[in-house]
Amino acid sequence: MSKKRFYHLPPPAVDPSKLSGVLIVIEGMDSSGRSTQIDKIAPWIEEKGYAVSRVGLKRSQLVGDALDAAKQGNVLSAQTMALFYATDFYDQLENRILPALRAGYVVLADRYIFTLMARDIVRGVEYEWVKSLYSMAVIPEAVYYLNVSWRTRVDRTLSAHHTLDYWESGMDIGLSRDWFDSFAIYQRLMSTQFRRMQKEYGFEIINANRNAEEVDRDLKSRIGSLLERRYHL
Amino acid sequence: MNNNEALPGKLIAVEGLDGSGKSTQIHLAHQWLKGMGCKVFFTEWNSSELVKEATKIGKKKQLLTPTTFSLIHATDFADRYDRQMLPMLKGGYIVLCDRYIFTSFARDGVRGCRPDWLRSLYGFARIPDLTLYFRLPLKTSLERILNGRPNLKYFEAGMDMGYSLDINESFRIFQGKVMEQYENMFKSFPCVTIDATKPIHDQQSLVRKTITETLDIAQFQKGGPK
Repeated sequence: MSKKRFYHLPPPAVDPSKLSGVLIVIEGMDSSGRSTQIDKIAPWIEEKGYAVSRVGLKRSQLVGDALDAAKQGNVLSAQTMALFYATDFYDQLENRILPALRAGYVVLADRYIFTLMARDIVRGVEYEWVKSLYSMAVIPEAVYYLNVSWRTRVDRTLSAHHTLDYWESGMDIGLSRDWFDSFAIYQRLMSTQFRRMQKEYGFEIINANRNAEEVDRDLKSRIGSLLERRYHL
Repeated sequence: MNNNEALPGKLIAVEGLDGSGKSTQIHLAHQWLKGMGCKVFFTEWNSSELVKEATKIGKKKQLLTPTTFSLIHATDFADRYDRQMLPMLKGGYIVLCDRYIFTSFARDGVRGCRPDWLRSLYGFARIPDLTLYFRLPLKTSLERILNGRPNLKYFEAGMDMGYSLDINESFRIFQGKVMEQYENMFKSFPCVTIDATKPIHDQQSLVRKTITETLDIAQFQKGGPK
């Protein structure tokens, strides 16, 4: 396979030619409906006869506890946090994503390096440094970015949780003492970063302001033809 | 590496193979500087409390790949750097580091991490004002470690590389490769090389002389000139 599979070069001891699976990433900000969509897509892909492995940004057993403890005290610098998350990401990449791709699975990722990069950059870490940090990541076959208006996300967040999350409101950055204001500023900063990555990393933008069924149809038609291309041509 | 900003403190790093005696030497230098009433701070590789837990788990379960091994040490370093080394340097301290980024360049380099990736990873770290490289023949370093009580640990011995099933043999091979990395690195990187086969006291005299030439001791003495 001559196609480029890694942003720069693969991690040590990884042979790109052995990766026969397909990595599909669903990106989007909080409350953009990612997990709802993935819950529908995963069984649908399996119905079509492809094995599916779901991955997310959940903590691995490697740094999970230490990271939680560190977040509790909120004493780590942005740079240290970035490295902690990168450790966690590569642990997942090497121990879950790459083995699944080697075994020919369709790997469905609920967020990927883009969310991690955006979070780091918003917290003041340099873009070029973060890019290099994640340069050994596998290039996904497709990144579907669920684009939802700010108003819709606020409504969904508040009606689902009746409160705002400390980290997702960027309260650690000190944007504002007011939670709602901080949330608004933080979300705007995040979406600026996603827009910046859109072109560079080739996101396919999905209008996710529509109802869930329409978004689902849209995604399935895109993923359906992607799988057709990848497995049958 | 990032040395854009002039800081009132000075950064001194020691590097060298296991068994080179660098920890003893930096300890003696630390005692000497303290004895003279200097503002001095000592920090060692892989010692951040916050990161310790993750490192322990990963190492015990042998879960680490070259990449995650490298990243976990970079996390440890960044935590110590941002919360201790840099503030101490800004506060006018002499900061002594038992191992610095060169340890990662050497060890992770042996494990197959690419040099450009490693250099970018540690791009935030300042170049030390003084780097002391304790050099000794591979054979001597191996004797010092293996003739003692070689309670070698899995990653320390490079067992993850699969060189040998025998941990002592694996250590020998791994150390040899680390040494090659150091030798290449310090060919082009400015450092003061110390002959680590010399008696401890002789080495220490040279260490102290070099430090005296690198910085103005009086500037760091408490109550001394600002």
